[in-house]
Formats: sequence, C-alpha cells, structure tokens
Amino acid sequence: MIGLALKMLFGDTGKYLMLVFGIFFATFLILQQLSIFCGLMRWTTATLKNVNAPIYVVDPQVSQINETSPMRDTDVSRVRSVSSVRWAMPLFNGIQRVKLDSGAFKIIQLAGIDSASLAGAPSTLVAGNLEDLRLPNTVVIDELAVNFLSSDPKKPIKVGDRFEINDIEARVVGIAESMRSFTGGPYVWTTYERALQYAPPQRKMLSAVMAAPMPGVTPEEAAAQIEKQTGLKAYVNRDFSFDAPNDFNTKTVFWFVKNTSIPISFGTTVIVGLIVGIAISCQTFYAFVLDNLKHLGALKAMGMSNFRLSMMLITQSVTVGIIGFGIGLLATAGFTFSALENGAPFFMPTIIPFAVFATIQLICLFAATLGIIRLSLYEPAAVFRT
Amino acid sequence: MSSAASDHPIVHVEHVEKTFGSGSNSIHVLKDISLSAYAGEILMLVGPSGCGKTTLLSAIAGTLKVDAGEIHVFEQHLHDMSGAALTSFRAKNIGFIFQQFNLIPTLNIAENVSVPLLIQGFSNRYAIKAAREILDSVGLADRWRERPNKLSGGQQQRVAIARALVHQPPLVICDEPTAALDSKNGEIVLDLFLNVARTPGRAVIIVTHDNRIFPYADRIARMDDGEILGVTQQIHSTPPKFIHEHV
Repeated sequence: MIGLALKMLFGDTGKYLMLVFGIFFATFLILQQLSIFCGLMRWTTATLKNVNAPIYVVDPQVSQINETSPMRDTDVSRVRSVSSVRWAMPLFNGIQRVKLDSGAFKIIQLAGIDSASLAGAPSTLVAGNLEDLRLPNTVVIDELAVNFLSSDPKKPIKVGDRFEINDIEARVVGIAESMRSFTGGPYVWTTYERALQYAPPQRKMLSAVMAAPMPGVTPEEAAAQIEKQTGLKAYVNRDFSFDAPNDFNTKTVFWFVKNTSIPISFGTTVIVGLIVGIAISCQTFYAFVLDNLKHLGALKAMGMSNFRLSMMLITQSVTVGIIGFGIGLLATAGFTFSALENGAPFFMPTIIPFAVFATIQLICLFAATLGIIRLSLYEPAAVFRT
Repeated sequence: MSSAASDHPIVHVEHVEKTFGSGSNSIHVLKDISLSAYAGEILMLVGPSGCGKTTLLSAIAGTLKVDAGEIHVFEQHLHDMSGAALTSFRAKNIGFIFQQFNLIPTLNIAENVSVPLLIQGFSNRYAIKAAREILDSVGLADRWRERPNKLSGGQQQRVAIARALVHQPPLVICDEPTAALDSKNGEIVLDLFLNVARTPGRAVIIVTHDNRIFPYADRIARMDDGEILGVTQQIHSTPPKFIHEHV
C-alpha cells in the first residue's frame, strides 16, 4: 500500500511540487535564520574564544564579555593569592581605532595580554612568530585584519607591515586564526603594557583577569573560591550551555537575547517560516485529500480499512516532509558555503537540523491528520452517489 | 429465480427500512424492502432516479447501515458485523463497479486493477501479474501500462470490471454500469457480466435505468418511491441481445 500511496502522491505533480515547495521554503527559512542567529550569538563570545583562558575574573557589574568595567591592577594579585588558582594574568580588552596608510580609520578589537606568559595569545598562527610579540611596538593580527586594515585591496597586510593605533606605531609580527567579533572589527593582540599605551589613558585599565585552576581543581571550584575570597565575579570559559549559568559564554549569549531585539527579529522570521510551512502544506495536502476523496472513498468501499487509508495519508505527508526537508537542508548548505565565504555569521549546532526535521514532520503529521479526519467522515456509500 | 440460478440465495434482504434525515426533512428511502439474489443470476434493480435503488445497493454492499430489517450476504448478517469485519468482508466477497468507474488517475491500468488484491494483502508482484491476466480477458492486455485517461469510456468500464473481478468475488454489484457507454461498449460490458454471472457461485446485481440492457437480466426488480413494485423473471431461450436504441 506504500507504493500505492506514493504513486497517488507523485502522480499529482502540481500538488506534490506545491507541498514540497512549502516544506522546502519553511525548512530553508527556519534553518537559515536559526543558524545565522546562532552564528551571531557565537560572535558575541568571540573574545572568549580568541583570548582563551579557563577562568575570566571581572568586575561584578560586568554582564557580558563585550562589556568592561575596569578594575585595579592589584586585582590580578588578589586573584593570584587564591589557593586554587594556578596562574592569573591581566587582560586589556577594548575597541580601538587604527589609522591606515591612506589616513582612513578602522576599528579593531585590541587584546592586551601578559608579556611573560603570553596567556590569552592566539592558538594558531598562519604567519610570523608569537615570541616576537615581546619586541617593541609589535602586534599580532588576525586573518580578517589582513584585508580589513589594508589601504589597498591588492596589497593585503603581511608580517613586517606597520600601522598606527592612536598615533603609536604597531608592527605586525604574526597573523593568527580567529573567530570574528560581534562588532566586525579584527582582533589585534599585543602585550598588556603596550595595550595600555595604545588605549587612551583611564584611572583603571584592567578589563579582566584571566586565570587557570590548580591541577585537580575544576574551573567551577576555582571560580567559586575566587568569588568568595576577592568579591570579584569569576566565570568559567567552556562553551554555551543551557545548564551552565556560570559560563561566560552562556552569560553573554543570554545577555544579548534579553537586551537586544536580535531574537525577536530572527524569531519572527522563524515563526513566519513555520506559519508558511503549516499553511501551505496543510492547505495543499487537504486539497490533495479532497481531490482524491472520491478515489479514497472507493478504496474504502472496496474494503480498505480506515487504518490503512490513514497510513497511506501519513506515508504521503511524511514523504513530502522528508523530501522538502532534504531540499531545504541542501539549499541551506549551499547558502552556508556562500555565507561563510563572505564572512557572514553562520553556525548550525547539531541539534538544529534534527529539531527542524522533527518540527517539519509534526507539521506534515498535522496536515495528514486533517486529511484523516476528513476521510474518516466520508461514508463509503457516498461513492455510489457521486 | 432464473433457470441459470441456484436455489441458494447469495443475498437475502428482509423488511429493510432506511430514512435519511429527521423530522419534517426526513426522506423515507427504503420501505419494507424484501428481495433475494441467487448464485448464477443477473439481478437488475430498475426504476426512476431517486427511487432508492442505489441506496438498496449500498445497503447490500455493507457500505450503508439500514434502520430496520435484515440483510444477509452469504448467510452473514451484516447488521451483526463490526465495522472492521464488514470492511474485511467487503474486500473478500464483493466486487464493485461504480457509475463513474472511480479509477485512480495517477495509477496505470494494471495498478488500478491490482488494488483489491493489495487491499487483501497480496504482494504487489502477484497483484500486478493477476491484474494483467484479467486485463487480457477484458481485451486490454496490451494497454496495461497506460493511465485511465488514455482510454475511452467503454475501455475504462472494462478496466473497472477487471478490478471488480480480479480477486474473484462471489458477488459483483454494479451501479449504472452502462450509463456512460455507447451501445457497442455497453454490449461488450454486458457480455462480460453475463460471463461472470454464469460462473458457478457468483451473482451480479446491477442498478440501472438503462433499458437497453434489460434483456440481460435473469430477474428485474422494479422500484419506485422506496418500494419494490414487483420482480419480473426472464427466461433466456437464446443468448440475450443488447437493444441498440433507447425504447
């Protein structure tokens, strides 16, 4: 009977294509919008990935990593004094302006890290030498900066080139891989002391203290002890998770969800995708059932049970769901390659395609249910009257 | 009962009543109907439109519950059967031929014919093989791959007949089988019915108001206003002939 159901479905080309299109459209819209939303949210935590440390200690007023409430330099020592802390290093983190050869200004995300340990330095350099960061007026830039900070698009920045940060020379000694920041500016690493020279002076300049726990101590335990002994706020730096409220990534993402209209904007589009999917698939599938009611009624009169007829309708709707979802997923993959090439935020956690697939199948089952209800109300005797 | 028929009724209808609607809008469609159909015969239910013949056919087929009276088909009391049992009973014992053929347009002819076997759980391979064999017997063997819309009305009705017979049901019921057919195709179709009715243990019940096919009936039950006015028995000393002009 599955073959019969599928032949009935594929035979009605117009409605079949309309159904597949509805599901494809809903799938593409939902997957693409959710992935861009996740990509954007991931960008908000880029500093935590690019300037990596197991524990971030910040002022208690700080709500997320892109916000700074400067602390005193002595806070580094206070954190170091906690027994469960293996090491603690200062971090300057802030947006600065770069003057290019052409005289134009661009913004950068400046990270000042400890010159001795280089804790928080990029993990992968594609060019240059990280040790050279200890030389005077040197910086490491990320791959985005190679073109972003170049005056001439044909002459990307390379190791040895120079630019100015607040009228102070910065010589490139390395190019690193990194995650893009939410603000769009490239990451530039330098030493903490030099970062304080690049940045306009303030009474307090320490953005955060990066720390690591002693062996055998979890970051969570160490963070709890830091908070208890210093009164500062200590976050662990793992990755976003719904059940990790003390993770700085989670805290940052939730801050953006609560305090910006980004989720409303993307959520609206996702809901539109759902409504369009439900409307097109349910309406078309119901019309498909109505068009075939006479034939389905004949099958009923000829002795096909309601259960088997229902299974035929479910087979048809689920098949449309699988095909529409598959095409939508392929289209999203195509969009992904294009988006990533153009530097757009795009991140699809594994759960998203599974969740969207389940949602699409629920929509299809709902559409099938409407058809099943209509068919169950159809008296087989009616086939003699039509 | 005709000379060709057995003494044993395949269908026995007794004091059947059926009303549609309620109150002042109710229509009493079947009024104390009693009738039998025997193996080996063609029984025709004739009468003007709206006289209740299709309703009676639906009740005999087990697709419509009656308000009163009893319907026995192959000694089974339809009223006592559950919905599922009735569905299964129809699948095994009754072949249906509808006025508008009701062939599924997206399936080819062999697939359409194979449906009753698929309903009974036979494999697709077996069902298609059986469908092609029976299509051969109705003269459509070489067109089994085509869709129904490629066929003429007469050919579609022959496909519908093949579908009704492919699972060899002992009872075939037909609703206005020649209404959409010209004389030539009507004659072909009635000859097929005659062959079916003459197969041992089978009966054909035809609802019609097409008087061109009356000569093929072994018995004719005339209905009007929900009642059977009388049953006429026809003795065939020679093979029946189709009347090529409407009388």
